[in-house]
Amino acid sequence: MSILVGRETRLLVAGITGREGTFHTRQAIAYGTNVVAGVTPGKGGIALTADGLEKIPVFDTVAEAVEKTDANASVLFVPPPFAADAILESADAGVPLVVCITEGIPILDMVRVKAALTRSATRLIGPNCPGIISPGKCKIGIMPGSIHREGSVGVISRSGTLTYEAVFQLTERGIGQSTCIGIGGDPVAGTSFTDLLELFARDPGTDAVVLIGEIGGAAEETAADYIRREFRKPVVAFIAGQTAPPGRRMGHAGAIISGGHGTAKEKMVALTAAGIEVVSSPADIGEAVARRLASRPAAR
Amino acid sequence: MAAGRGNGTGARRRSVKIHEYQAKAILANFGVTIPRGEVVLAPDEAREAARRLGGRVVIKAQIHAGGRGKGVAHDPRTGNPIPLPGEAKPLGGVRVVRDADEAERIASLLLGCRLKTIQTGPEGRVVKRLLVEEALDIEKEYYVGIALDRALSLPVVMASSEGGVEIEKVALENPAAIRREAVHPAVGFRPYAARKIAYGIGIPRALTGAATSLLSALYTATERSDASLAEINPLVTTRDGRVVALDAKINFDDNALHRHPEYRELRDLDEEDPLEVEASKFGLNYIKLSGSVGCMVNGAGLAMATMDIIKLAGGEPANFLDVGGGATTEQVANAFRILLSDPNVRAVLINIFGGIMRCDVVAEGVVAAARQERVSRPIVVRLEGTNVERGREILKNSGLRLTVAKGMEDAARKVVAAASGSAA
Repeated sequence: MSILVGRETRLLVAGITGREGTFHTRQAIAYGTNVVAGVTPGKGGIALTADGLEKIPVFDTVAEAVEKTDANASVLFVPPPFAADAILESADAGVPLVVCITEGIPILDMVRVKAALTRSATRLIGPNCPGIISPGKCKIGIMPGSIHREGSVGVISRSGTLTYEAVFQLTERGIGQSTCIGIGGDPVAGTSFTDLLELFARDPGTDAVVLIGEIGGAAEETAADYIRREFRKPVVAFIAGQTAPPGRRMGHAGAIISGGHGTAKEKMVALTAAGIEVVSSPADIGEAVARRLASRPAAR
Repeated sequence: MAAGRGNGTGARRRSVKIHEYQAKAILANFGVTIPRGEVVLAPDEAREAARRLGGRVVIKAQIHAGGRGKGVAHDPRTGNPIPLPGEAKPLGGVRVVRDADEAERIASLLLGCRLKTIQTGPEGRVVKRLLVEEALDIEKEYYVGIALDRALSLPVVMASSEGGVEIEKVALENPAAIRREAVHPAVGFRPYAARKIAYGIGIPRALTGAATSLLSALYTATERSDASLAEINPLVTTRDGRVVALDAKINFDDNALHRHPEYRELRDLDEEDPLEVEASKFGLNYIKLSGSVGCMVNGAGLAMATMDIIKLAGGEPANFLDVGGGATTEQVANAFRILLSDPNVRAVLINIFGGIMRCDVVAEGVVAAARQERVSRPIVVRLEGTNVERGREILKNSGLRLTVAKGMEDAARKVVAAASGSAA
């Protein structure tokens, strides 16, 4: 099994006519994702000509696309100045899952979006994230599908390529993944580690979880607290930025040690105290998971 | 990640840091009371400014680092601290002077000096601008600031009765002294919340009106300028009954700079690392560090993890460099050139996990750049992901002396060995 996305997912792509939107829609379809609609304001009704996209209807608004196609998830390939609006449009149309890939959305825009989403049933993944994939079933986002393998390890990460690295290490050892989610590198994120751990806790198809954090904020500490209290599946964690200097933004808008807080060390201590295996080398993630799975009682 | 970069609208933006006097000017525009003052670039201008401001003034060095008051000014020629006649302590970055003559003398010592503070690192910063301000008769100092509370995803207004001290320090040592009010974006920062803060930190009753207006003005300034952090530290009450921002700091949200093109002009290139400035021109995310192993990686998380594994292998990273998720051959070449122009770099590790970015494209970029730069320093390449076989092939057939590594650990070990080898 998996969480949030699977064979039942009917995907809508906002910004489908853009270069990135077109490219990644083709990749998603090739992976087997059921893409049911595209949305680009002003281009409703046009026929897509890109290879493989010919049958996907394009609408002017998300509301119309949902009404006509029953889309139940959307992915946004929308430039940063318009991304907040696009998230709210999907929420307004009642799309239960919105995945926002866009990097560079102003913090204040996201503060408003997040406040608005608390009054809606929509879950936002991202922004500034690679997306979400349930291997073998559904891929939403920009991650390379080929490195994944269907299985029972959940992966949650604030990063993109570092997630691919971890997934690669798993797949290399024959360990498949139930669902892999990039929650994004921004200081305001739609979905947290803890939100997803709660879903993995309930998913019978997930036996263990890899948590990849990085410097900045305290989302890892909050997750550690939750895991210590009630999460019973094995967790392996890695925190990037052990060598990052304080006060500098390390690429991601949210990856910064400020006022002495948000260091990798603090997070590693909190996770370790919660009984989680924290690897200090990013090369040890796959091996640690393999060990934890091997030492588990066979039946679940 | 990709969507922002690929279409060029989000792009890689450059963090804009500003000086105290610029932050004060922005706050003043929104109604925050600041001391009367002038920015000067030469000693005689300091004299004139002091005369206009009434003689007794404060001279403040303008650099992009805190801790100036307790910092030490160093003579640019001798490299020694600048002594002050009849005083035990050398000259710092902030100085109260009696009159215009002294203003000129102190300005002549500060301008061009190397000011070292707790935040500048051992190399310090060269002082090129001074702020000359009226000296106030201070009754008491406070702290007020606005930052994002990441756990709440809301801006929070913070204040403390302990002014002049870093808020993080107060939070550790005397958390009860801090008042916090989270602000819901649909509601805004309301007068009642400002009053709670003003009373909470013990602003005298006669001045709560002035303090609450200042807090509201600070909030408006933060919101309208898309600041990710705005601090007034200290905020002071004066003997003549005013509430004034004695010092100010604003950090802009880099992601919102497209809404504020005017702020780009506030950038002071003298305060930035030249290699970082160069990298920003090509949309590269580069941060210079002090080690000897240069690294080039795609993706911020993987770039940090690569620095970490270099350290674990016994080396020190020379930089953080994220070429992005969809870098072109040209970008790879520029990234390579920039990281090699750091003379401390003794060996280079290229770690690319090709997802969207194909390994063959990266390999072509590396080969092109290595040829162009006539690199003599050892290069270790680790490629994985899309088209990895073709990428490795290109590297192998390039005729260049590249070490191909398998996996991050192998790569880190090889590059650290290479870096220490060439150092010997």
